[in-house]
Amino acid sequence: MIETKNIDFYYGGFHALKNISMHIESNSVTAFIGPSGCGKSTFLRLFNRMNDMIDHTRMSGTCLINGENIYDKAYNIEDLRRKVGMVFQKPNPFPKSIFENVAYGLRVNDMGDKSFISERVEQSLISAALWDEVKDKLKKSAFELSGGQQQRLCIARALAVSPSIIMMDEPASALDPISTSKIEELIHTLKKEYTIVIVTHNMQQAARISDKTGFFMLGELVEFSDTKKMFLNPENKQTQNYITGRFG
Amino acid sequence: MKKFKKITERVVESIFTISGSLTSIAILLIVVFLFKEGVGLFNSPSVEKGYVLCVNSENSIDKLSVIQIKEIFDSEVVDWKDVGGKEGEITIFRFDEIFNIYSEEDLGEDYGLLSAKLGEVITSNLNIIAYLPQEYAPVGIESVKLLPTESIGVADFLGGKEWMPTATPTPLFGVLPLILGTLLVSFFAILFALPLGLGVAIYLSELASKRTRKLMKPTIELLAGIPSVVYGFFGLVVLVPLVQKVFHLPVGETALAGSVILAIMALPTIITIAEDAIGNVPLSMREASVALGASHWQTIYKVILPYSRSGITAAAVLGIGRAIGETMAVLMVTGNAATMPHSLFQSVRTIPATIAAELGESPAGGAHYQALFLLGSILFIITMVISITAEVISKRQPNKGI
Amino acid sequence: MNKKMSQRAAFILFRMLGILVVGILFWILGFIVYNGMSVISWEFLSTSPTEGMTAGGIFPAIVGTLYLVLGSIVFAFPLGIMTAIYTNEYAGNGWIVRFIRVMTNNLASIPSIVFGLFGMALFVNTLGFGDSILAGSLTLGLLVLPLVIRTTEEALKSVPLSYRIGSLALGASKLETIRRVVLPMAFPNIITGLILSIGRVSGETAPILFTVAAYFLPKLPNSVFDQVMVLPYHLYVVATSGTDIETSRPIAYGTALVLIAIVLIMNLLATLLRAYFSKKVKMN
Repeated sequence: MIETKNIDFYYGGFHALKNISMHIESNSVTAFIGPSGCGKSTFLRLFNRMNDMIDHTRMSGTCLINGENIYDKAYNIEDLRRKVGMVFQKPNPFPKSIFENVAYGLRVNDMGDKSFISERVEQSLISAALWDEVKDKLKKSAFELSGGQQQRLCIARALAVSPSIIMMDEPASALDPISTSKIEELIHTLKKEYTIVIVTHNMQQAARISDKTGFFMLGELVEFSDTKKMFLNPENKQTQNYITGRFG
Repeated sequence: MKKFKKITERVVESIFTISGSLTSIAILLIVVFLFKEGVGLFNSPSVEKGYVLCVNSENSIDKLSVIQIKEIFDSEVVDWKDVGGKEGEITIFRFDEIFNIYSEEDLGEDYGLLSAKLGEVITSNLNIIAYLPQEYAPVGIESVKLLPTESIGVADFLGGKEWMPTATPTPLFGVLPLILGTLLVSFFAILFALPLGLGVAIYLSELASKRTRKLMKPTIELLAGIPSVVYGFFGLVVLVPLVQKVFHLPVGETALAGSVILAIMALPTIITIAEDAIGNVPLSMREASVALGASHWQTIYKVILPYSRSGITAAAVLGIGRAIGETMAVLMVTGNAATMPHSLFQSVRTIPATIAAELGESPAGGAHYQALFLLGSILFIITMVISITAEVISKRQPNKGI
Repeated sequence: MNKKMSQRAAFILFRMLGILVVGILFWILGFIVYNGMSVISWEFLSTSPTEGMTAGGIFPAIVGTLYLVLGSIVFAFPLGIMTAIYTNEYAGNGWIVRFIRVMTNNLASIPSIVFGLFGMALFVNTLGFGDSILAGSLTLGLLVLPLVIRTTEEALKSVPLSYRIGSLALGASKLETIRRVVLPMAFPNIITGLILSIGRVSGETAPILFTVAAYFLPKLPNSVFDQVMVLPYHLYVVATSGTDIETSRPIAYGTALVLIAIVLIMNLLATLLRAYFSKKVKMN
């Protein structure tokens, strides 16, 4: 499970995240909602330290995954990123074959031999509900797939390295409604084995698929509660305004 | 007043429009002039202009190839049977020798009897071959046979292995040694420059700090701006003695020295274009790789380099183009031997160097002159092909599976 | 950990390559500066060569280079700017523009010796100018034309579309817009291109070998139909032939140093100008 305490995050002089504390249970689906630029993606990227790639950033507070401080100097970043998988807003498969895309994480982390890799690729593609559509063309370029298929490929790619947490940054926002619903189904299935955190600006989506929801605004975590409660009976006025479409 | 303004504007704008075609016209003109001056070569006689070859009529030989003529006059072939005739030692007779045999009086006023005397000489020697100016050739005498002079053939030009444009009686215009020399030097230049250039490009775009990049970019621009002749000078004074010492060669002017200098000259081109290509790899690719636990280096060689494959290839191709077209630096450093190259450690000649070295001494309109223009045409075609190839390659998108 | 070690090794290798390339530049520069410094003096720069090129200065070559630079700029600049204005401001985006751009790129990749051949065939022989400043300038002008076109195009491109639209909206014609708005704004970058062209032209040898260059001319040229001594050709001859190569060596070093100095200064000027003007634009 994921635990953050008093997280403050700065891009240079800009205070992007203000004193965020939250607790996420394992094997649940948590959604982050809120208007653009409110910090939800930034917060998401804390968990696999993707923000480290950006210069002039500063963070204070603690972030623990399964009890371990992932920002500890001794903590292996590459290992962290294997265990915390990420799916991006726009599908970003590598210019490689479908097979090689899924196998990439395994090769890069030196996980197993040829037969193990083959097996894992198949399993991941099955888990991502893509196997039947691509099993006959594994050697073809990933770019030949449709947008929705490419995104599921990216999910399979993340699954292949056996993460425990999967983070999705607006995974369906670039896709058509049918692909979107396929992915939402997928999330529902995956939650049995993984902890899923998903950023979305689509409130209906959040309501459909998540167990808990966090509402962010201007870098603050305004409200964090069970999804049903958040959407039917929010505690905070701002949350209510956002949900009913008064702004954002 | 307004109408006047409008007219001037129209005029100026049409001038602009016409100037748009300037570069195309320039290329057209270059093509036309190069080929115009060069193509006459294949109509030129293979024997030096204004001269003919005569043999005795009894000689069974009816014609000789360019190579054969050269071999005879170089004394490499000494017997008529070696060129398909009857056995007999070949006697070479050059025009000047007539003055050793006959005095000024014998040759008559205004050399009126010169022709006849030449005829006598030829008639009296069965195995003679005489190289004479056309105006004094003894034509019409039964015992004297003029060998037909063929025009220089395309095959002799493109496939000939010897380049001896000043040889008499038949200059040889085989461009193969020059083409091979050019390819040898350029190939090794790219062999040295590509890994080095690619490495520096990776360093600049992935590893160097902003400050380092700010310092290195002008450095590379400076390298690109140094004139060819200065590189040649440096090569001549530093590199050539170095090569001579290190490899224990009689002289340091070698293809190797040429390749090294060309490599340095091609570096800025390769570095700039490759760096551009690497910098164009989208952030999403890098993020995807890093998010899966790949290290920076793994991301570079597994994702970034394959993605920028076409840009890097374009860089290599343009580097080759640059190397092939270089003139002064190569001229000063590879020596003067227009012979078939066998190794890096010998003297060679490239096409541009040959043109530069020989054009000044070739009489305008002569066969040598035309041959050099043809060489220029070949060079032009090669660099055009390379330029167009690079354009096509760099437009290709990286969506093939790897 | 194998991954970490191979990364460290690779990155060390790349850093060394970077140092190597910088080192090569400094080796070349340093070598010429070191050997040429002692030769440079006011006398060297302002007197003619004497004693068969083994003593004296390189003044005529400097003058000759100057004339050629001027001549080639006179031809290449107006034509190049007009071409760039056409392709950037008038021609649409169809196949014509693409064709012109391809042709310009092709022209840029033609080896300098081919320009020399062409210059000789057209200007020296067919048009009968003979070996002359005129022929040399035309040839060099053609050589540097693509550079002028490219830099001018970039300069024009850097002027935001909004300025053009604003001017047209006020009733100015296209030509007026170009003259009063676009060109003045693009001017600094066009000047940068000019400076780069000067650097390029000063150093070219192959195109002038058969169109203008002379080895030893006791007098300075009187007209554009005269031959002229030129710095790069002078370096070439002094270094490889001439009457006494060893004794002339210092002259060669001096000439090389002057050439490099010209390139260095031009590059520096261009970089400084670029930085200065981009700052100015940013402040606006």
